[in-house]
Amino acid sequence: MMKRPEEQIPALGVVTDVRRDTPDVKTFRVVSPEGKKPLEHMPGQCAMLSLPGIGEGMFSITSSPTQEEYMEFSIKKCGHLTSWLHELEPGQMVTIRGPYGNGFPVETELKGKNLLFIAGGIGLAPLHSVINYCRHYRQNYGDIEIIYGSRSMDDLVDIREIQEEWEPEEGLKVHLTIDRPQDGWNGHVGFVPNYVKELNLSLDKTVLICGPPIMIKFTLQNLQELGFSREQVYTTMELRMKCGIGKCGRCNIGSKYVCKDGPVFRFDQLDELPDEY
Amino acid sequence: MLKIALAGIDRLFAAIAASKKLYLPIENAGEVEFSEYSEGAKVRLDALQTVKSAKDAFFPFTENMMQFHTDGKNISVEAAKRVDEDFVVFGVRACDARSFSILDKVFLADPPDSFYAARRAHGIIVGLACHRPEETCFCTNFGIDPTKPETDVTAWIEDGVLYWEAQTEKGKALTEEISAFLEASDEKAVEEQRERTKKILERLPLANLDLSYFKTHPELEIFKRPEWKELSSHCLGCGTCTFVCPTCQCYDIRDYNTGHGIVRYRCWDSCMYSDFTLMAAVNSRKSQVERFRQRFMHKLVYNPINHEGEFGCVGCGRCLRKCPISMNIVKVAKTLGGEQA
Ligand SMILES: Cc1cc2nc3c(=O)[nH]c(=O)nc-3n(C[C@H](O)[C@H](O)[C@H](O)COP(=O)(O)OP(=O)(O)OC[C@H]3O[C@@H](n4cnc5c(N)ncnc54)[C@H](O)[C@@H]3O)c2cc1C
Ligand code: SF4
Ligand code: SF4
Ligand code: FES
Repeated sequence: MMKRPEEQIPALGVVTDVRRDTPDVKTFRVVSPEGKKPLEHMPGQCAMLSLPGIGEGMFSITSSPTQEEYMEFSIKKCGHLTSWLHELEPGQMVTIRGPYGNGFPVETELKGKNLLFIAGGIGLAPLHSVINYCRHYRQNYGDIEIIYGSRSMDDLVDIREIQEEWEPEEGLKVHLTIDRPQDGWNGHVGFVPNYVKELNLSLDKTVLICGPPIMIKFTLQNLQELGFSREQVYTTMELRMKCGIGKCGRCNIGSKYVCKDGPVFRFDQLDELPDEY
Repeated sequence: MLKIALAGIDRLFAAIAASKKLYLPIENAGEVEFSEYSEGAKVRLDALQTVKSAKDAFFPFTENMMQFHTDGKNISVEAAKRVDEDFVVFGVRACDARSFSILDKVFLADPPDSFYAARRAHGIIVGLACHRPEETCFCTNFGIDPTKPETDVTAWIEDGVLYWEAQTEKGKALTEEISAFLEASDEKAVEEQRERTKKILERLPLANLDLSYFKTHPELEIFKRPEWKELSSHCLGCGTCTFVCPTCQCYDIRDYNTGHGIVRYRCWDSCMYSDFTLMAAVNSRKSQVERFRQRFMHKLVYNPINHEGEFGCVGCGRCLRKCPISMNIVKVAKTLGGEQA
């Protein structure tokens, strides 16, 4: 990985495209001022984006490392910085630094496995990168199954790509669900944790879950009832971050810093740490 | 060993300050803090400890990291200049000296923090041996020898004379520069002082803390001890303990509009504050119990796990003296470690 001279001094990025995914999520395409991909990363890693004078925030890199031209971030509007980001127009510069974190073990533990991705809402952001990485290196992985749910039809992030590229693909199964019935929706209705129980999943899968804490909690419970073990399930943690490199002391869970030892953890690893998240 | 009469020490300070910034314990408005030397400053080498620790010299209370200029949709970033000139920190006690090696393991770990690294590379530390430790001192529990600080130069004050011994290449270079002020000396007075001090150290009330519990039990078990609730019940969350502590490392990063551009700076922060971990929907440490526990778990448990058994405390005793409710790391360690508090 390329070494930067000083991790906390950001590089510049240019937003070249802003796409509205849902009422409160937009996806931003970012390149370097030279028009290239701003930095190299692995799936599940994050970067710090900022607008000077507004603030800096950690965001999952939602595009796959195999995307050579640019980098994408799906960002939910929920506060000061994210509201400003949502106002951005193409051509605007931002600052960017990273990549941070461990990422998913796509080249080790996940290799050769049947993969089950479970995402809720904006939780698709980190998984999106892994899914496209695994699609690109298809021969390295077994079956791929994706369960993705949101509050409503309009809250499904990346729905166009899911329907046009993922669903038709062989060896890849997609299950979509929304919380409540809605006009124009013929798919499944119900919460993700319940849907997981209805799907007759085989137990030989390695599971990657991302989403709101409450969804993760109940989904994990239900997976365990089905017979999955905690060693089979990975997730990403989200804690307040500032430095991104294990120095500012902000993001620890027990003796681990989420920004450098995480954000990806296996549930049996989390079991050994204080449940302070 | 070299020496200089204390009566003429101002000339030595002036000579050092002529070519380098010199920081030493200076009394200002009744409080002694490490501050920059200027002629006529009230230097207090006799003060056992400054209110805040010497970490300010390497990890300042606030520090500009970069400046931004914006022009329409364009942004430019200008990193702040790193320290590039040697400076001297004079009169650092053994506990504070050890704290630098604890901070090094955080700030110099890959990827290194270049602001801190530059200060460490250019800082020359003159340590000052203790000969009148206080009842709140417990540095010897961490293998620290207060009669001989681990610094570039070690100094002792005895009977109106300052004894001087270079310990490192940096220390030797500094000694060379000011050799005109120093004369040769035997080590007798220093040896005698060290012997005397060691006897006092053995008798200090906190000389023999048993901290083995924290290294022999799993973090989760210690984390779950019910005593945390009672221990933290009076904590005000004022953060004093973190600000005076030489090993506390937490910082915030913020932007400030100067009117001529935007400065991004960092400043000390405290895990004792309620907004430290606040996020959109949740706060991972909801009440003061969790915040209090974090500070002491970090020092007594997480630091040893991450840094080869080294505690994140040097026994300086500052938090014992400054906490408004008289809570401190010794009480925590004794309560959880099984000793009578
Ligand atoms: C590893 C990691 C990956 C992330 N990935 C994404 C992503 O892909 N997409 C996305 O939209 N968001 C992501 N987040 C969350 C994102 O960082 C925050 O939503 C953002 O920083 C909030 O900034 P703000 O200024 O808009 O909010 P603020 O105005 O600062 O705050 C609004 C609320 O959000 C809280 N908040 C501040 N910082 C964070 C934070 N780091 N995490 C959570 N809440 C915070 C504040 O305490 C406040 O309550 C991620 C966070 C982490 C730690
Ligand atoms: S925890 Fe207290 S005694 Fe230990 S180094 Fe910090 S201030 Fe000093
Ligand atoms: S332990 Fe004492 S000094 Fe520290 S935050 Fe609590 S009240 Fe303040
Ligand atoms: S964000 Fe600073 S330690 Fe993790």
